[in-house]
Amino acid sequence: MAESSPPEPQPGPARRSVLRWLAGGAGAAAAGAVGVPLAAYLGGAVGGHPVNWVPIGRVADLPVGETRLHVFTDPVREPWDGACAKAGAYVRYLGPGDDGQPRFWVFAMNCTHLGCPVSWFPQSGLFMCPCHGGVYYENGEHASGPPPRGLYHMPWRVVDGVLEVQAPHLPTLQDTLEKPSGLVQLGRSRIGRPTGA
Amino acid sequence: MRRIVRAVGGWFDSRLKVRESVMPMLEHPIPAGAAGPKGWWYVFGSASITLLLVQIATGIGLALVYVPSTDQAYASLEYLNYRQPLGWFLRSVHYWSGSGMVVMVAVHMTQVFLHGAYKYPRELTWLFGVFLLLLTLGMAFTGQVLRWDADAYWGVGVGAAMAGRVPVIGPAIVELLIGGQTIGAATLSRFFALHVFVLPGLLLALVGGHLWLVLSKGISEPPEPGQPVDPKTYDAKYHELLKTGKPFLGDAMSKDALFSSLVVIAVVVIAALAGPKGPHGLPDPVLTGANPRPDWPFLWLFGLLSLCPPGLETFVMLVFPGLLVVGLLLVPFISNHGERAPSRRPVAVMAVTVAATTLAVLSYAGATAPWSPVMEAWSKDPVPVEMVRRSGPLELQGAAVFQNKDCRNCHALDGVGGRRGPDLTDVGTRLTHNQLIDQVSNGTPGGGNMPAYGKKVNPAEMEALAAFLGSLRPPGQPPARVAAP
Repeated sequence: MAESSPPEPQPGPARRSVLRWLAGGAGAAAAGAVGVPLAAYLGGAVGGHPVNWVPIGRVADLPVGETRLHVFTDPVREPWDGACAKAGAYVRYLGPGDDGQPRFWVFAMNCTHLGCPVSWFPQSGLFMCPCHGGVYYENGEHASGPPPRGLYHMPWRVVDGVLEVQAPHLPTLQDTLEKPSGLVQLGRSRIGRPTGA
Repeated sequence: MRRIVRAVGGWFDSRLKVRESVMPMLEHPIPAGAAGPKGWWYVFGSASITLLLVQIATGIGLALVYVPSTDQAYASLEYLNYRQPLGWFLRSVHYWSGSGMVVMVAVHMTQVFLHGAYKYPRELTWLFGVFLLLLTLGMAFTGQVLRWDADAYWGVGVGAAMAGRVPVIGPAIVELLIGGQTIGAATLSRFFALHVFVLPGLLLALVGGHLWLVLSKGISEPPEPGQPVDPKTYDAKYHELLKTGKPFLGDAMSKDALFSSLVVIAVVVIAALAGPKGPHGLPDPVLTGANPRPDWPFLWLFGLLSLCPPGLETFVMLVFPGLLVVGLLLVPFISNHGERAPSRRPVAVMAVTVAATTLAVLSYAGATAPWSPVMEAWSKDPVPVEMVRRSGPLELQGAAVFQNKDCRNCHALDGVGGRRGPDLTDVGTRLTHNQLIDQVSNGTPGGGNMPAYGKKVNPAEMEALAAFLGSLRPPGQPPARVAAP
């Protein structure tokens, strides 16, 4: 300021530093009061993987030795999800095992390379990925191309003669469906996510 | 009338102080060389900003109609394309102007690099520019996601799969990125917030900083061979140079305005002729026909990821882009003094040539994607008649096996079909009957390019298939035989 003003009595150094500390402290508290909940809000997306079983069909109705894409609705969904609430599983009923219990191959649709959707070719018994040409055998094992491993297996169970699969999260190499990431699972107990709808 | 305007203007200016604060900025002197014919080199930055303004204007327009929710986004894009008057045009201009912005930023950066304009004292201006490039690419990616079609859906999936490879915290990053367990409503909302609020805010702030630096450090003079930058003497020299300088508000500004206008006109013409991009396939996670492709600014990465050896892949995904950015950030610190003229900087010229060629080759590879199987070739592409005109029943049966077992998805006949594996038009001259059976049965040893079909092709089919493949020879060519030991 160019204009000169009459000298005012200056507050003592002690008072000034108290004011400065007070302003700094209040500023930090205010920033924290807004910032911490905001960070928690954004971090709330990391909420672990709730376990939801989805019925696929009666075991007796599933053809033996045929791989089929079964489409179902993810139970963890928002009303405005639209088609995104859909999920798919490649299911193959292998018939009863030596112990009489039914056996299945259940695979997620995502390629293990970069997550693109694989297509099933029954004539050649191969899953092919359109992105970078990853190919898998009918048992899910890696056949050729860049994928670092076989298809992701989806956990399944049979309850009262009905095959159920676990609704999948987006599987990635360190967060598979068989063995979800421990780090992500940590968040599960913290935040209860609505699983209805 | 004039007096009234002047009085009103004066009333505002006595409060806003525009004449004192803004006019000197516009009239700041620039080196005479930059105001002359060589000033045409200086127009790309302002064209980038002009296109950013077009993006803001058209983006606001699109936001009035677009619905950022996964159940309605696709329908709202179709509404824009077909129902909303000029909706298609706004979408088209937004896409082509965005593409133009990526081009202009890249050209601007290349010009600054080649002319050594990043050297002392404009290192920080360059750093701001690098982050502006990253933000522009970020806008291109998030914008592609808002075009909520199959490419967008699976594009997010690919991004998540890459992020998921980050050691230990990868899965948490994935959930943070997609906003939950799966790609869905929260994902699109996140990308909307990024594309409409976060990234444009950062972009405008950095543009402000970039321009402030241009003003405070001055526009670089056109480079002259034999006039190296010496940080000790540069400021004084530049100060001296400005004594014969020309005001920016003059020829330089006219060049900027003319070039920017031509760029906008070109964008509008292209937009009107080419139309908006997509939306293509439905964003439905269980439609397996999807054949996702990134938008052109990312085709080079798509190509690189497809062509690099699997062992290097995670490195190329996670570390390599970081190294590229660090490399760009280090440019003004590696050489902040010395010659500026391209004729005296062969390494710089070569670096640009190599980088441009690499990007072009990888983008071309990404656009043609020869590594992708052609998923419908087995049922869509017929066996060329010439190849089976003189075939016996066994070979004909083999041709049917060839198509039925999806071989065609990866192997072309006469140039038609997949190109992941070799074209088999002449395979009979290269492999014997037994070698063919071995190749088909066992595939490439060690999980290479070709799966093993041994369990999926029965002996009779195998015999027929090998007979067909063995018959694929140009007229007069003998079949392959094993060389004598």
